Parts: sequence; C-alpha cells; structure tokens
Amino acid sequence: MNPMLPDVLAGIVIVSLNAYVLLAGADFGGGVWDLLATGPRKESQRHLIAEAIGPVWEANHVWLILALVLLFTCFPPVFAQLGIQLHIPFVLALIGIVLRGSAFAFRSYGGERDDAQRRWGRVFAIASVGTPLLLGAALGAVASGKIGPAEMSDRFWTTYVSPWLNPFGVAVGIFTLACFAFLAAVYLTLEAEDAALRDDFRRRAMGAQLAVIASGVIALALSGGVAPAVQQGLLGAPWATALHILGGGTALVSVGALWRRRWVVARIAAASEVSLILWGWALGQYPFILPPDFTIDGAAAPTFTLELVLGALALGGAVLFPSLYYLFRIFKAKAPASAL
Amino acid sequence: MSSLLAARSQMGISLAFHIVFALVGMAMPVLMVVAERRWHVTGDEIYHELAQRWAKGTAILFAVGAVSGTVLSFELGLLWPGFMRVAGPIIGMPFSLEGFAFFTEAIFLGIYLYGWDRISPRAHLAAGVAVAVSGVASGIFVVIANAWMNTPAGFVIDAGRITDIDPLAAMANPAALSQAIHMTLAAYAATGLAVAGIHASLLLKDSANVFHRRALVIALLVGGPAAVLQPLSGDLAARQVARYQPTKLAAMEALFRTERDAPLVLGGWPDMRIPTTRYAIRIPYGLSLLAFHDPHAVVRGLDAVQRADWPNVPAVHWSFQLMVGLGTYMALVALWAGWVGWKGERGTRSAERRSENGGGAAIAGHRLLLHAITLVTPMGFVATEAGWMTTELGRQPWVIYGVLRTADAVTPMPGLVAPLIVFTLLYCFLGVIVALLLYRQILHSPNVPESLWKFMTPGQPR
Repeated sequence: MNPMLPDVLAGIVIVSLNAYVLLAGADFGGGVWDLLATGPRKESQRHLIAEAIGPVWEANHVWLILALVLLFTCFPPVFAQLGIQLHIPFVLALIGIVLRGSAFAFRSYGGERDDAQRRWGRVFAIASVGTPLLLGAALGAVASGKIGPAEMSDRFWTTYVSPWLNPFGVAVGIFTLACFAFLAAVYLTLEAEDAALRDDFRRRAMGAQLAVIASGVIALALSGGVAPAVQQGLLGAPWATALHILGGGTALVSVGALWRRRWVVARIAAASEVSLILWGWALGQYPFILPPDFTIDGAAAPTFTLELVLGALALGGAVLFPSLYYLFRIFKAKAPASAL
Repeated sequence: MSSLLAARSQMGISLAFHIVFALVGMAMPVLMVVAERRWHVTGDEIYHELAQRWAKGTAILFAVGAVSGTVLSFELGLLWPGFMRVAGPIIGMPFSLEGFAFFTEAIFLGIYLYGWDRISPRAHLAAGVAVAVSGVASGIFVVIANAWMNTPAGFVIDAGRITDIDPLAAMANPAALSQAIHMTLAAYAATGLAVAGIHASLLLKDSANVFHRRALVIALLVGGPAAVLQPLSGDLAARQVARYQPTKLAAMEALFRTERDAPLVLGGWPDMRIPTTRYAIRIPYGLSLLAFHDPHAVVRGLDAVQRADWPNVPAVHWSFQLMVGLGTYMALVALWAGWVGWKGERGTRSAERRSENGGGAAIAGHRLLLHAITLVTPMGFVATEAGWMTTELGRQPWVIYGVLRTADAVTPMPGLVAPLIVFTLLYCFLGVIVALLLYRQILHSPNVPESLWKFMTPGQPR
C-alpha cells in the first residue's frame, strides 16, 4: 500500500472544499450584496448578481456534496463524529441551503409578479448570510479540537453547543462570510458591463477586504485559547512564513489591482488569497483530519476502498472538468481584453 | 417520542419529499428533449414553446430536488452516524459516482436553461440529452446503495469485525439490478403519466387545443411504455425479494405461517394479535407461483424469524397492495391509450396530412380515455412512495439487513424531535409553494386552437 494514499484523498477533500469556497462561496457572497444593495443602481446590482449566479450555482453547489461524499467514503469515523457533535449548526445551515436554493429558483422561474419576486429575493439574501456564518462556526469547532469521541460528555451544552458557539467559532463564521462577500464583489467587478455598476462593486470589494483582514486578525488572536495546534501551525511551522508572505502578497495585489481597475488580476489575487487561507488551516492541523482524536491515517478507510475512490475520481474528473470548462466558457467568457 | 422513531420519521419525510423531485429530475429532461427534437424536425413552434415550458418547470423542481438531496446526504451523518461508520467504506463508492453524475446533470441543466441563445441548436439538444442521461445515472447509483442495505455484500464479518471490504462486490449486490430497473421505470411512468394526466384534464375542457395534444402525446410516449413494463420488472424484483429477503416478502404478503402452495393474499386486515390476515381474498397457489414461478414452492412466513425481528406488517402489506393496485391501473390505461393512439395514427397515415398527428387527435377526442388518464395524474408518485415504504419499512428492524439494527445506528444527539418538526414544516411549506407555482404555470398554457395552428409562422431553430 502506498502510505501517501490517505493524505492524497484528504488533499482532494480540501481541493473540493476549496472549489466550493471559491465558486459557491461567491454565490453566497452574491446573496450578501443582494441584501446590502443600495443607491441609485440598487436594482441593477441585484439583477447583475442574479445573472451571474443563475447558470452556475447548481453546479457550484455540488462541490460540497462531493467533499461530503468523499469524507464519508474515505474517512467514515470523521463524518460520523461531525454528524453527531455538529448536528445543530449543520441542521441550521441546511435550512439555509434549502431556503436559499428554492428561493433563488422561485424568483427566477416563479412568474412575473414583482412583490413575490422581491419576497423570494429577500429569503435568498438572508439565507445567504446565515449559512456561511454557520458553516464557518462549524469549521472553527473542527480547528479548535473540540470534536471527537473523547470530547463528548453527558452535558448537552459542552458536547453539542459550546464547541461551535463560542467567540472563536463566531469569529470564524464572520471571517467566512467576509471572505465570501469579498470574492463575490471582486468577481462582480468583472461581470458588470456598466462602469458605474463596476465601481459599486469595486468599493464593496475594498470594504470586504478590510472586513476579511479585521475578522481574520480577530479569529487568529482568539485561536490561541481554543485552537492552539492550528495557531502554532499557522505561526510557528517552517512553511508558515512563506504562507504569510504569500497571503499578505495576494491581499496587497488584490487591493492594488482593484485600485487600478485591473479586474482580472484582482479576481485571480482574491481567489488565491482565500485559497491560501483555507490551505493554511488544513496544513495547520496536519496530520490531523479532526484534531485531537483522528489523524488522516487513523481515520482512513481500507486501502482498496481508497484506491477505488481514486479511480472513480479520475474517471469522474475526465467527465467533470471538460463539462465545467464548457459551462464556464459559455457563460463566463466575456471578459473584455481591456480589463487586464 | 423516542430518538429512534424521531430519526426514522425525519429520514422518512426527507426521502418521501425528495423522491418526488428525484423522479421528475430523472424523467422530465426526456420530455423536454423529445419536444425540442420535434421542434428541430418539424419547425413547429408549438414544440419549441413546449420544450421551454417544460424546462422552466424542471428548473424549479430540480432546484428543490438538489437542495433536498443535500439535506439527505447530510442526514446520513446527522441521524445515522452508526450506519455511516460501517457503511461508508463499503458503499461510499456509488455515492461518489452519484456525486459526479449529479455534477454533470447540474452543469448541463445550467447550459440547457440559460443557453437557448448562446449555443447551436444541436449543442443545446445534446446538453438536454446529457441532463437526461446523467439524471438517470445518478438515480441508479443511489438506488444501488439502497439495494446494498437490503442485500448487503462485499465484506466479511469476522468475530464482529468487518473485514475484506470490496466496494465493487458491494455495488454488484443481488438487489441492485432489479431495484435500479424498477426505480428508473417508476420515474418515467410516474412523471410521464402525471404530465399526460395534466394535459388530458386540460383537453377535457378544450379538446381542440393543439398545444395540449402535442404535450399529451409526448408524455404518453415517455410514460406509457414504462408503465406497461413496470409489472414485469416488479415480478423480477419480487422474486429477488423472495429469495434474499424472505421476511420482507412475508410482510408484503401478510403471510404469517410458512406454507407450501402459498396463496396470494389480496387486501385484508393483518390481525397482529392472533396473528393472521382476516377478510382477504386468497388466490390459491398465487404467491408460490409469483415468488418462485412454481405453484408448489414453499414460501417462508413471518414465523421463520422471532417476532422482535418482524417489520410493521400491516404498513408493509398495505403499502405493497397500494403500489400494485395503482401500478396495474397505470399499465392498463397506458395500454388503452396506446391502442387508441395507434388506431388513430393508422387512420391518418392513409390520408396525406400525417404531420397533423392523428394519434393525438384520436386520444384528444376520446373523452372516457381522457378521464381515465386524468385520474392517473398523482398515481405514479403515490405508487412510488408506497413502493419505497414497502422496501424501507419491510427491511426493519434492520438498517443493513441482518448486519446492523436501525436502533444501533441512530445518533446519540438528544432532542431529535426538534429537527423533525423543523424539516416537516419546511417541506410542507416548500411543497405548497412548488405546487402553487406549477399550477400557475399550467394555468398560463397557451391557447392554440386546432383551426389556427396551421397558420402560425413556423419558427425555424436557429
């Protein structure tokens, strides 16, 4: 058996989470900007968001399903433990996911009545804000090492609630929301064809970048008490400095590119920035998949299962990536050359 | 309410809700693709309109299906962590493949819905075909995983520990093929005949409307053959159940005592105190004949296992009877419609105006048949729900038949009544909204009288 196999599959889980964050995360962020739409171009902002999300959001959403399915096939005890202790935030996030997806479809295909459309738009927007907060808090619980068989007691609060509902969890939730909103605003500068509208989202992107940095610093500061392993990894590991330089660099580049209206550069920098954050967390808790009770190796399914899944991934990828390319080429390949 | 009952109820409600959207997601793309193809071939604008309207309905139903499917994949862990710990490595494989199939479906549905003006007509039609194929594939993968719960394979239990896991053998479990066929046919029959029923009811009010005639013919062509084939696949599935899940078969047939020359029990009241089935019609040798194709075969009754291992016999028996009854009616109506349509088609074939669709005209003019088809509208969905209840309730008290009890799989999380209430309310609310939206869309169907459509400018596909 290849000892790297569990690591490879854990890496693929993070890759699909990464894709989910960059794609579906931006769709959530779109909902945030729908909720916060203001000014004279309020309706055009909402219209642009709906146009940008419409053809792709279903496909973007599937990255979460893929991550989930890989997790329960390759690391079943981890999936089981998350299901037990994070029951409450997951149920609440699911309600958000259900309402958001349905409301978006109802608004797009439901009919012509304006007031009904506005009501569904409202549901879509509010659910888009709530869901990332909950998913982020759940991630915070994972990072802080409070999810595991040894962490369970007879007390309901400490087993099922306090692991995610604490200052650190809330901070990670807000940080996640800020990242999603930032991605959406940056992407939308490229989607907009009208200069004024583009500038609306340019301002929003800058503001969101500030929120990302502020909430990130707060979350990192709070992590000392609750997620020492991740904090140590993030601050002390040999790769930490490189990661910080890269992360800071991409943040600077994205701000600079927004400032100089280089929309494509801004998009790439923003996506890299958020991806680096995600990988920083993942590497920070390596070799644990769910600290402190489950390492990647310890939680992995038998080798034959992992090998087959890898084969299925290759096969599925051969269908998936050309299809995705085709989808995005049809709907997203309209960036004007001047945007560079 | 116990944790186990709350969790089972929530899973049951989630599945019952999702299954409707899953059926539609599997079959509806076929209807839109057929309509679009006819538009390309005939240039008749009505088909274009039809494809677009069906696509709109599919978009709403697919979106709700996608999110309710997400709920289910989470619920596997939220409600049944004990099951996932055991089953994940064995049966995660079809779920992974389902993930990719679902991905393909979502991608090409996005292209189909938003790409009418952006890609060539041929590419657009191909996108529709991709949606139809991947929709069926994703349904089949999920059913394979369910079949494994009924007839587990691909592992060895050695002193209470599971070893020698072989996910491929698990996918090739005995029930996989018969269940996959049965479910796919159910999707086509339920959806096709439901759409046919809606248009038949509208034709009853306005039999000259060509829009509804066209829609009715396509829907019958998709749903009819599946409804006729379904009893055959049911026979295959039942014989498979008789062999590998004898307790489930005994509950389906309310057969309490192991019998040679077992009769087929129709209807009746399973009296659990005695226990025996009262007031039933019994067809001699019927069950032995159906289950083993041998009138003298021994059929194992519920007495073969201890009473603690019995499923809820009345629920399973009635669900099964309901499914068979509705399925039989659907098959008969489909045959009747086929006969009338075929005669009508032959009638016009000799005449020169073949494109006028003589079969559709003949069915649209047959009021009794239209009434019979209208009656079918909800039946396929009810039958599928009943069939699903039969196989799921019939497997209890096991979640993995003979391996893991449902009670041992449930989460230790207390207070499961709360999410049960929340999801019940949420799904009731969504169900009402979806029904209202679809109803409004149907009300706004175009009015294309027979006398007028010939003068409409035929729109050519771009």
